[in-house]
Amino acid sequence: MDRRRFLAGTAAIVVLPFGPASATPEAMAEAIRKVVGDAAVTEGRVTLDLPPLIENGNTVPLVVSVESPMTVADHVKAIHVFNEKNPQPNVFSARLSARNGKATVGTRIKLGDSQKIVAIAETSDGKFWSASADVIVTLAACLEEST
Amino acid sequence: MANVLVNAPKTAKRGAVVEIKALILHPMETGFRPGTMGKIIPRNIIERFTATWNDAEIFSMDMSPAISANPFVSFFAMAAESGTVRLRWTGDEGLVVEERVAIAVE
Amino acid sequence: MKLLRIAFGLVIVFAASWAAARVATDKRRSGHQDMGEALQKMQDDDTANPGMLFVQLGGQFWAKAAGAADKSCADCHGSAATSMKGVAARYPAIPQGAEAPLDLEGRINLCRTENQKAERLPPESRELLALEAYVAHQSRGMPIAPPADPRLGAFRARGAEIYRARQGQLNLSCAICHDDNAGKKLAGVTIPEAHPTGYPIYRLEWQALGSLKRRLRNCLVGIRAEAYAYDAPEYVMLELFLMDRARGMTLESPGVRP
Repeated sequence: MDRRRFLAGTAAIVVLPFGPASATPEAMAEAIRKVVGDAAVTEGRVTLDLPPLIENGNTVPLVVSVESPMTVADHVKAIHVFNEKNPQPNVFSARLSARNGKATVGTRIKLGDSQKIVAIAETSDGKFWSASADVIVTLAACLEEST
Repeated sequence: MANVLVNAPKTAKRGAVVEIKALILHPMETGFRPGTMGKIIPRNIIERFTATWNDAEIFSMDMSPAISANPFVSFFAMAAESGTVRLRWTGDEGLVVEERVAIAVE
Repeated sequence: MKLLRIAFGLVIVFAASWAAARVATDKRRSGHQDMGEALQKMQDDDTANPGMLFVQLGGQFWAKAAGAADKSCADCHGSAATSMKGVAARYPAIPQGAEAPLDLEGRINLCRTENQKAERLPPESRELLALEAYVAHQSRGMPIAPPADPRLGAFRARGAEIYRARQGQLNLSCAICHDDNAGKKLAGVTIPEAHPTGYPIYRLEWQALGSLKRRLRNCLVGIRAEAYAYDAPEYVMLELFLMDRARGMTLESPGVRP
């Protein structure tokens, strides 16, 4: 056990009585269930673009693209992103329509640790599509300590 | 005036798909972090971002504390007719920020 | 006097060695080159670079009257695009009538107290950083060009000494990391060569804009040394040395760094 991990562990124990429970793979699954209901989620059509190695978890560029003609008859209605290990499983939910022309959404997210990220797209026919990515968040050196 | 940077084309061909990018100055304080005295810093986040084109909603995003400080959002829109794109951020502590950009469709 | 002469000698030696280094292919690397593609893109796109929010804010402060004189920066300096072009590329410098060098923040605060008759802006305050970012941005793309002022020599030499001196509980000098081990990994990140090409920077770790002084303080805390007081001349001396070491490299302000 290295020192940083030990310190992080100590901090977690100290904070735990006041802090919220962290998201877990189960919490993520539940959050996804809330969005998709009983519908099946098929892997595919969705591309989740994150840097392979994350230099700082505070600001991680992320782009989600979905293959879709984006017509009134056939378009992406929503894109949801979830994570396993942040304090909460939800990252964002975006609503789209045929007016977007292209089902691509970009933003920047915080990741507290290396973990799995899941993106789910809901298409106008009521189907759900997904992609996931395992990301590695490296530890920053020379962190600022409050002085 | 709030601090917002928006990047959208001033003109677009009818039917073209254009990218709109927006950046806003905001701490996105998660509500999970203890401050220097060990007390939790209260949550202060943007909860929702919406975009309308001539008052019709074309895009929205519900944000969580996992969105980075100084949030950046990019999305696409089909240029159907000339008009005003209105971007709106709302959130904790009564936050309401609005920015408009005009796009001329030829 | 003798000390001064030694200092001068040192400066000439440094200048000569750097000139020689430049004649050969320039192998110096900006921290920008050590970042992944995603972060490079973040810096290079003005709507994606969060530092640009502070540049915009700085532009607003530039035009706002302040102090008993009720004057704005613009009242004296006009358009920053012309009057401030190149300023950040040559600072720290010794202002007219002064004897000691000031960094850009010190110069902004001198203007506040002397000309605007206003209070100094606190270190790392949003207004000071925004003004600094706005001024520095006017030199983006220009080569770093420290002034030839011979009075700076002794200060720069002192900066070089600090750079090479071991300090703190880890007993490390700046040079051990940033000269001897630059390019290797410390935790998950590449150790940069420490060229101040992008200040003030938007550091993802801070989730905010910060000055070179804040970064130097981070380094000092990192080696378990006691950081100098915010108004200590050591920071200016170090910056003088670092800017000379980065002479000719391109200013990127506002930079993005992990």
